[in-house]
Amino acid sequence: MLVAAAFDFSDFMQQVVSGLASGGIYALLALALVIIHRSTGVINFAQGEMATLSAYIAWTLIVNHGWSYWPAFVVTLALSFAGGIGIHRAVIRPVERGSVLRIVIVTIGLLVAINGFVIWKWGGEPQQLQGPFGTKTYDLGGVVVAAHDIGTIAVALGIVGLLWLFFRFTKVGLALRAAAVNPEEARLVGVRVTWMLALGWGLAATLGAVAGMLTAPTVGLDPQMMQAVLIYAFAAAVLGGIDSPIGAVVGGLLLGVLLNMLSYLSQYGAFDWFTEELRLPAALLIILAVLLVRPTGIFGRPEVKRV
Amino acid sequence: MLGANGAGKTTTLRAISGTVSRSGTIELDGKILKGGPEVAAKSGIAHVPEGRGTFVELTVLENLRLGAYTRRDRDVKADITRVGEYFPWMVERGGQRAGTLSGGEQQMLALGRALMSRPRLLLLDEPSLGLAPLIVREFFRIVRELNEKEGLTVLVVEQDARIALRASQRAYVLEVGRVALTGTSDELQGDESIRRSYLGY
Repeated sequence: MLVAAAFDFSDFMQQVVSGLASGGIYALLALALVIIHRSTGVINFAQGEMATLSAYIAWTLIVNHGWSYWPAFVVTLALSFAGGIGIHRAVIRPVERGSVLRIVIVTIGLLVAINGFVIWKWGGEPQQLQGPFGTKTYDLGGVVVAAHDIGTIAVALGIVGLLWLFFRFTKVGLALRAAAVNPEEARLVGVRVTWMLALGWGLAATLGAVAGMLTAPTVGLDPQMMQAVLIYAFAAAVLGGIDSPIGAVVGGLLLGVLLNMLSYLSQYGAFDWFTEELRLPAALLIILAVLLVRPTGIFGRPEVKRV
Repeated sequence: MLGANGAGKTTTLRAISGTVSRSGTIELDGKILKGGPEVAAKSGIAHVPEGRGTFVELTVLENLRLGAYTRRDRDVKADITRVGEYFPWMVERGGQRAGTLSGGEQQMLALGRALMSRPRLLLLDEPSLGLAPLIVREFFRIVRELNEKEGLTVLVVEQDARIALRASQRAYVLEVGRVALTGTSDELQGDESIRRSYLGY
């Protein structure tokens, strides 16, 4: 096992940048998972399919109705937000007081239902959704980066930043956090908790929509496109700490870069058995390892209860 | 409001703030209260539940901001300053997570947060629970000051009859869900037999 003599720095950096780009997408979806886990207490298995549905809506607006990308982007986000609230009101809220298992089963049901709907409405064959950033590449001091990668990173971090501002500085954001950590107490100060939970679902759906729209241009739009991404998002969320928004973002970026590094190093002889097919099992291995070694993830805090 | 365990003191407060289902009517300033705690909070009732009603994961300042959640006016900043006059440390340590405060500080924070809503009626459930006597005295001194200076109506549920009677004007003794005895706090304190049979000191 000999590392090739010519270590190519620009090639290395290219891999880092493209790792950050896919990591940004994992981060968005992981953040969606974290928001719902904090408020509803479950992993939303339908998160990936909700994102796929959003991407198809964007595709319909752009291809069938001739919209340009960014207006379609904004309208898709708005529709996804409303859709997330609708899903909470229609199917989650009725089972919310029951056991966690019931809610989980409902989200699995949603996964199947949305997937079925997408295939019924748009067919199973892949479609092309053009990204907004084109296929240009830029040369940044010897490092060649794709415009799509840079754009993806910028959009992902921009959305994360906006969300942070919202949670940190707005009254509704604060109320949402309060409702998630202590619903009974939140009601006593006048927060309408059910609405806050619905809002959380809306936000999660919106984050998923961004992830879906950023994923489609690279892997092609098809009904199964988010299933692998959801697994990566699980891994990212578990790695960062399932209740930690910062953890989801860091976990996502870290995972993206890590997986790319494995592929990259395999070119140089190290991990030469590592092929693209092993990316998903690697993510699952990370989930398993984190759960065994540090169940709270990097940023998670163990639950402390006053007794 | 005094009484033995299980007399219904906490339930009474919960009925007022709408956290339990209730029958009959409860009026505040002649208006009948309907609906859950969100509505009660909006009508000016601040309920500090037993066991430090703070959001432990949020910071001191965020707890205070949440207290003002039902208010539409923009005076929240001014009110944080006002609360800071009673509890200067809350402003100084505004960024600290509430969960890392001491028990006494958390109870004070719960009070400070309740004040942020500019309540007309403050409900306190066993504020002395698990606190050192010195801190309990300080807590009741502030509650009394709020009552006298700002005209805030306070309904306190307390196990410690002595301190509660000293801080209050009127007392109710509950026994299995009904008011067994009521009078001014001075009367109850002064009557030896009442003290012995109902208050146990």
